[in-house]
Amino acid sequence: MLDNSQGYVTEDGRKIGGVVMEMKNITLRFGGVVAIKDISFDIREGEIRAIIGPNGAGKSSMLNVISGFYVPQEGEVWFHGSKRPPMRPYEVAQQGIARTFQNIALFEGMSVLDNVMTGRLSFMKTNILQQVWWKGKAEAEETENRAAVEKIIDFLEIQHIRKTPVSRLPYGLKKRVELARALAAEPKLLLLDEPMAGMNVEEKEDMSRFILDVNDEFGTTIALIEHDMGVVMDLSDRVVVMDYGKKIGDGTPDEVRNNQEVIDAYLGVSHD
Amino acid sequence: MGRRKRLAQTQSGAEGMHSLPALLHRNATQFGDAPAYREKDFGIWQCWSWAEAAREIRAIALGFLELGVEKGDHIAVIGRNRPAHYWSMVAAQMVGAVPVPLYQDSVAEEMAYVLDHCGAKYVVAADQEQVDKVIEIQEKVHRIKHILYTDKRGMRKYDHSQMNALEDIMAEGSAGHARFDAELDKRIAAITYDDTCVMLYTSGTTGKPKGVVLSNRNVIESAKNSAEFDHLTRDEDILSYLPMAWVGDFIFSVGQAYWCGFCVNCPESADTMMTDLREIGPTYFFAPPRVFETQLTNVMIRMEDAGRLKQRMFHHFMAHAKRVGGLLLDGKPVGFGDKLKYALGNLLVYGPLKDTLGYGRFRVGYTAGEAIGPEIFDFYRSLGINLKQLYGQTEATVFITVQPDGEVRADTVGVPAPDVELKIDDSGEIHYRSPGVFVEYYNNPDSTASTKDAEGWVATGDAGFIEEGSGHLRIIDRAKDVGKMADGSMFAPKYVENKLKFYPDILEVVLFGNGKDRCVAFINIDLTAVGNWAERNNVAYASYQELAGHPLVLETIRDHVEEVNKSVAADEMLSGCQVHRFVVLHKELDADDGEMTRTRKVRRGFVEDKFSDIIAALYDGSGSISTTTEVTYEDGRKGSISATLEIMDAPVVATAQHKVAAE
Repeated sequence: MLDNSQGYVTEDGRKIGGVVMEMKNITLRFGGVVAIKDISFDIREGEIRAIIGPNGAGKSSMLNVISGFYVPQEGEVWFHGSKRPPMRPYEVAQQGIARTFQNIALFEGMSVLDNVMTGRLSFMKTNILQQVWWKGKAEAEETENRAAVEKIIDFLEIQHIRKTPVSRLPYGLKKRVELARALAAEPKLLLLDEPMAGMNVEEKEDMSRFILDVNDEFGTTIALIEHDMGVVMDLSDRVVVMDYGKKIGDGTPDEVRNNQEVIDAYLGVSHD
Repeated sequence: MGRRKRLAQTQSGAEGMHSLPALLHRNATQFGDAPAYREKDFGIWQCWSWAEAAREIRAIALGFLELGVEKGDHIAVIGRNRPAHYWSMVAAQMVGAVPVPLYQDSVAEEMAYVLDHCGAKYVVAADQEQVDKVIEIQEKVHRIKHILYTDKRGMRKYDHSQMNALEDIMAEGSAGHARFDAELDKRIAAITYDDTCVMLYTSGTTGKPKGVVLSNRNVIESAKNSAEFDHLTRDEDILSYLPMAWVGDFIFSVGQAYWCGFCVNCPESADTMMTDLREIGPTYFFAPPRVFETQLTNVMIRMEDAGRLKQRMFHHFMAHAKRVGGLLLDGKPVGFGDKLKYALGNLLVYGPLKDTLGYGRFRVGYTAGEAIGPEIFDFYRSLGINLKQLYGQTEATVFITVQPDGEVRADTVGVPAPDVELKIDDSGEIHYRSPGVFVEYYNNPDSTASTKDAEGWVATGDAGFIEEGSGHLRIIDRAKDVGKMADGSMFAPKYVENKLKFYPDILEVVLFGNGKDRCVAFINIDLTAVGNWAERNNVAYASYQELAGHPLVLETIRDHVEEVNKSVAADEMLSGCQVHRFVVLHKELDADDGEMTRTRKVRRGFVEDKFSDIIAALYDGSGSISTTTEVTYEDGRKGSISATLEIMDAPVVATAQHKVAAE
């Protein structure tokens, strides 16, 4: 089923399209440390793809390779059918990739609204002089982008904190604001780095619902890293399992769950 | 003067209007451009004029005809305050159906009872969450033919054979208007003054909810009388945020709004209510005491964080306002110097404060449902906010007694509203008769007969008396809650509970003692107030339960109880109701667990049964009690929490003897 290049149909009836991004034999080293060892996998249009693994398995490094922040020493990243050259972060954003961070990276002193507005940066075309003058073009542009941001604020149900400085928000809400900012960029591929880390059960449930809704409502392809196994298995369509920089499993949650290597990695078997 | 003239205008156009659709037509034709509804959506206040609202409502009504709604069908409306939900109710009336608004936070089980009891064939549900509940219910309640929803989010994957978005039905109805126009006009013209206007389910502190049938006459007469009483005009702005299933919201946001032609403003979400309140600045406002309490608590907390100068200014001018503010509002004589100082205070403190609270344009407002603390009440009045009290019931279409301007007090609920007759029977129970008296309880002739007699007098179930001299009504308690202690002295729990609840730290109190020799109490702390205290005093806590059991918190509550005991002891009739022992509960009393009604009134009998082990421990003198309590989560799942509660002894004032209540 997964070999079909036209995509597949998930258990709940969603149609998954062709390959959006393909990682081919990626190896990433930091000096002598090999963070990622010869890993290949793909991400298909419209799917929720999880990357899991124990601490230090190289998950975040993998996400940074996908987002173009790290350039692997070996291997190729193919995006929409063409090989991606090394890029600057803003170029990646322009290609339609947005992300959230494991340890929240918001502008603490700014309001939620302003934070989410920064996600619209690549849609703003006016220069600094026009923005200082503001009347006319810059004003029209702001109105247009504000409307887009308000849709996301409504979608993630954060109207009540619209004007609240981020520093005053509890952790769970900050995570949601980060998701809002990433969504404001209208990404085709959304990368989530441990979206549920440090959350209580209720917050996790809310966040899961939002991730599913984003995927369903906007058709956004989502790649996420998470180590709460329960959440991952419920959310994702396909899972890549990493351990010590190597890929040890890849498939649907059920396939992965029954993979002996994965069980060993999680339950702990001595490594030579 | 201008206001009076405007009022006369509004009414002349409304005389002889016998239904809300007729009033809608008058509003749309006479002042069609005036704002009728506003809703904050995507951060912007969207506005509909009366003419636009009339078009939307007609489109929904046409959609209903297209669906095959027949005269007398019941259409349930479940959701938060949104224009589309109000429109659905009026559209239902247009086609001769009966709108039945439901509490949106009811769990599926409660909803099933109501939908089954009224036999609703159509349901207008707000969103996926409500639709899910209705679908779950459909397994038990088979009469539901079609579900309409207002928010499309997440609905794409549902089986739509018996389901539509409301806007799609509106579009279909509008497209087919040529087929339905004549039928719709015929149905609108056929509505009589005695047809059912709305059916509202009373939550009831005992037993199953009852469907109160209110006629057009009930609603329109009540709206008319109350609007005249407070000189409401079509220039009012109200914020509609209270549950749509509650009679008050129906009268304010539909009855009075249509009669006067004023604008109904719907907040963006429940969480943004305070911000939206400030942005709208309503001229006419209604809130349960809890809202005013919360706001006052917030003001006080924020003042403690303010700079020295601001604090001094605030306290200095508030002391002055306390002295003369109320008198000024009542139009009583006040010295020139005091007036001048009040004006200065208004410039520096009262004005900005009122603006922050959202009461900058406040002309008249009410609080009801529960007793309000005299200090809270006086705080708002001293700022020049014309906050009054009323006493009402669903069965009376709200109004039984109201406080006229200039006769406002914290301890009474006012004089009979226009056209209301009042009498107190021998047992002290209050009875009334008015044009607002409900038609019947739906499909429940027994309850109707036991509540309303042949002459139209309705028993309220509340005990009270009319104060000599002023003619104001004072409520003692629910008649069935008033009892006797073992020694024959009077037991009136609410009196003591209210005194305790006036402390910001205390959210809820339940007093027990009927038939016993002494009283004991359950207490819920207020998490906002106590949480703030904890933060200031570096008291760490992880949960409500932990904070509620903190020794310092228990100590504080004991001080409150001691003070209340002193004040209760001073009352000859009720000195027996002093609290001897109490416990701070490990969970908040909650409507989801059946401990309260949806309007947040404690269901005494239920609480007594559920926590019988704790009550036993309160009476047998033990020092603590371990207990396990069942709790219901939002999605209806059950769980349980266990706790060991410390039982506190409170000092009581010895009284030589208490006067026996019966004379």
